[in-house]
Amino acid sequence: MNIHEYQAKELLEKFGVATPPGKVASTPEEAEQMARELGGNDLVVKAQIHAGGRGKGTFTNGFKGGVHLCKSPKEARELATKMLGQTLVTHQTGLAGRVVNKVLVAKSAEIAREIYFAILLDRASAAPLIVASTEGGVEIETVAEKSPAKIMREPVDPLAGLQAFQTRKLAKQLAFDSAQLKSASKLFDGLYRTFIACDCSMVEVNPLVVTKKGEVLALDAKFNFDDNALYRHPDVAAMRDIAEEDPREVEASKHGLNYIGLDGNIACLVNGAGLAMATMDIIKFYGGSPANFLDVGGGATEEQVTEAFKILISDKNVKAILVNIFGGIMKCDVIAQGIINAAKTVKLSVPLVVRLEGTNVDAGKKLIAESGLAVIAADDLADAAQKVVKAAGGKK
Amino acid sequence: MSVLVDKNTRLVVQGITGSAGGFHARQCMEYGTNVVAGVTPGKGGQKFDGKVPVFDTVDEARRETGCNVSMIFVPAAGAADSILEAAGAGVELVVCITEGIPVMDMMRVKAQMAGKKSRLIGPNCPGIITPGACKIGIMPGYIHKPGNVGVISRSGTLTYEAVWQLTSRGYGQSTCIGIGGDPINGMSHLDAVKLFNEDRETEAMILIGEIGGSAEEEAAEWIKANCKKPVAAFVAGMTAPPGRRMGHAGAIVSGGKGTAAGKIDALKAAGIAVAETPATMADTLIEEMKGGKK
Repeated sequence: MNIHEYQAKELLEKFGVATPPGKVASTPEEAEQMARELGGNDLVVKAQIHAGGRGKGTFTNGFKGGVHLCKSPKEARELATKMLGQTLVTHQTGLAGRVVNKVLVAKSAEIAREIYFAILLDRASAAPLIVASTEGGVEIETVAEKSPAKIMREPVDPLAGLQAFQTRKLAKQLAFDSAQLKSASKLFDGLYRTFIACDCSMVEVNPLVVTKKGEVLALDAKFNFDDNALYRHPDVAAMRDIAEEDPREVEASKHGLNYIGLDGNIACLVNGAGLAMATMDIIKFYGGSPANFLDVGGGATEEQVTEAFKILISDKNVKAILVNIFGGIMKCDVIAQGIINAAKTVKLSVPLVVRLEGTNVDAGKKLIAESGLAVIAADDLADAAQKVVKAAGGKK
Repeated sequence: MSVLVDKNTRLVVQGITGSAGGFHARQCMEYGTNVVAGVTPGKGGQKFDGKVPVFDTVDEARRETGCNVSMIFVPAAGAADSILEAAGAGVELVVCITEGIPVMDMMRVKAQMAGKKSRLIGPNCPGIITPGACKIGIMPGYIHKPGNVGVISRSGTLTYEAVWQLTSRGYGQSTCIGIGGDPINGMSHLDAVKLFNEDRETEAMILIGEIGGSAEEEAAEWIKANCKKPVAAFVAGMTAPPGRRMGHAGAIVSGGKGTAAGKIDALKAAGIAVAETPATMADTLIEEMKGGKK
């Protein structure tokens, strides 16, 4: 799960991480009011969407840039008017862009230098790892590629946690001067505590800035949360913004299905994440293009299968559907009944290829055969993939 | 002709009185697994299905029954604790089926188990089976056949696919290990490869990986230097879009690392035959075996 910049800022403040003063607004009037409360003539108005590249983005109404400096509450209001309710397209949003429902009005920091600072859960060492660089404010991948020596890594003991000396060591490696040591250490410690306390898989601050006055601030932070741990963080779970998510994925998650929309025209319904990925791979191998990833899980019910089918059919790009089930816990007859139920409620207008194997396979095949549905039966995985690619109109 | 589990395995099921735990404990017993105990806190003294004694703690179960392997079906919020409980009681092999355990819980489990003699398989895995002798987990028993191919996989249903392909072509399995799809898990591909390499009855191996992490690459490197047995592999996720999480927490690609293409290159460089599609996992291995590799 991801959150907005303004939410990240609120979360960090709870853990004592210094950020520039700022407030979120949903209307131009609020933006003006927030700007007045903040005072001064050095403000910034930032469109709130879950995507990077906002500064260089363009609104579909022609207005350029999702991040603007401004000097007065009146100007803040004008900027908010041009952003709120509008669609912002950046290199990360895709052509459809994202609708801006909130803007962050903040004090603009006078930046002396920018630092990159991230904490992530490193799977190789099974421990938290701090990755930092003096080259902040730019794409860290580029830094890692061109000047790998400028990336520092500090492993953290998973049981003991981040030690104070490590925060001092990092501060010196990141070229903080002695007078800034304390505030830098405090900020690193706060970030680490946020990371652990909220079950994050990643916290990335880019940039972490030193202002001309010598303050150390987290200017922009990106969080990734472990979805498996959200049950113990209702405050974090409440920050979810479903307007930022693919509506098909939102619908799927309501029914406990794992769905990811893609651009192709062959819909897939599979049990198990590994097999679902492998099914997408084999469709591609035979020249087709998958429209989605869909794992109905190990113990899906008839209702879940029916809902899954509805989601697949709702995608207008879909030219054919492949059901690939290897029953283990999942019983083939349950899947078959789900398909039949779905076909009753939704008009099935595209070819359907079904490959069933495993637990109760005969009962499943019998149900489908007797249902009168126009199903193309497949014997094995390769057969199924070839048949569905053909049904969708052949190789692309 | 197996690794880790066989006819002598004495299994304790943690969470045996739950619906999934009970269902699968029964399935394992029907397959022939020797289930000697169950554990559910607060239900000590009961009998599961009128025959398997239930204890409040693994410690008691171990003392009373000599159980040496545990199968865990405890819900995600309590599963990490259950793994440590089994390891603390000295159970030699802990197989955790539970999915959805917070990764930080697993981080702490892994750190606490380091250096201890208990091994962990999983979590978020189908389990382990030595066909014809012992089934510990949720895999359908009948697709397996006793034999000489070792199967190692991060994914459940994809393992069934490989096993079914082998069985349909007359090739049995020594042991099949589902190591699980989570970013932090117990036994790695490499750990399992080492066991199969030393097992006299295992003649060849199928290694099934997926995008994310570097476990497949590590196994490939070791195989290149140390393994004389034929190995075939498949990596799922060629078409997965970067930065997205696909079901398994393990299946995430970011920053260009852990891609399917990178893994396939590493496996091929180690002389491992990589199946082009998931439909040819068994055929790829059989060809390697016939070719009399190395």
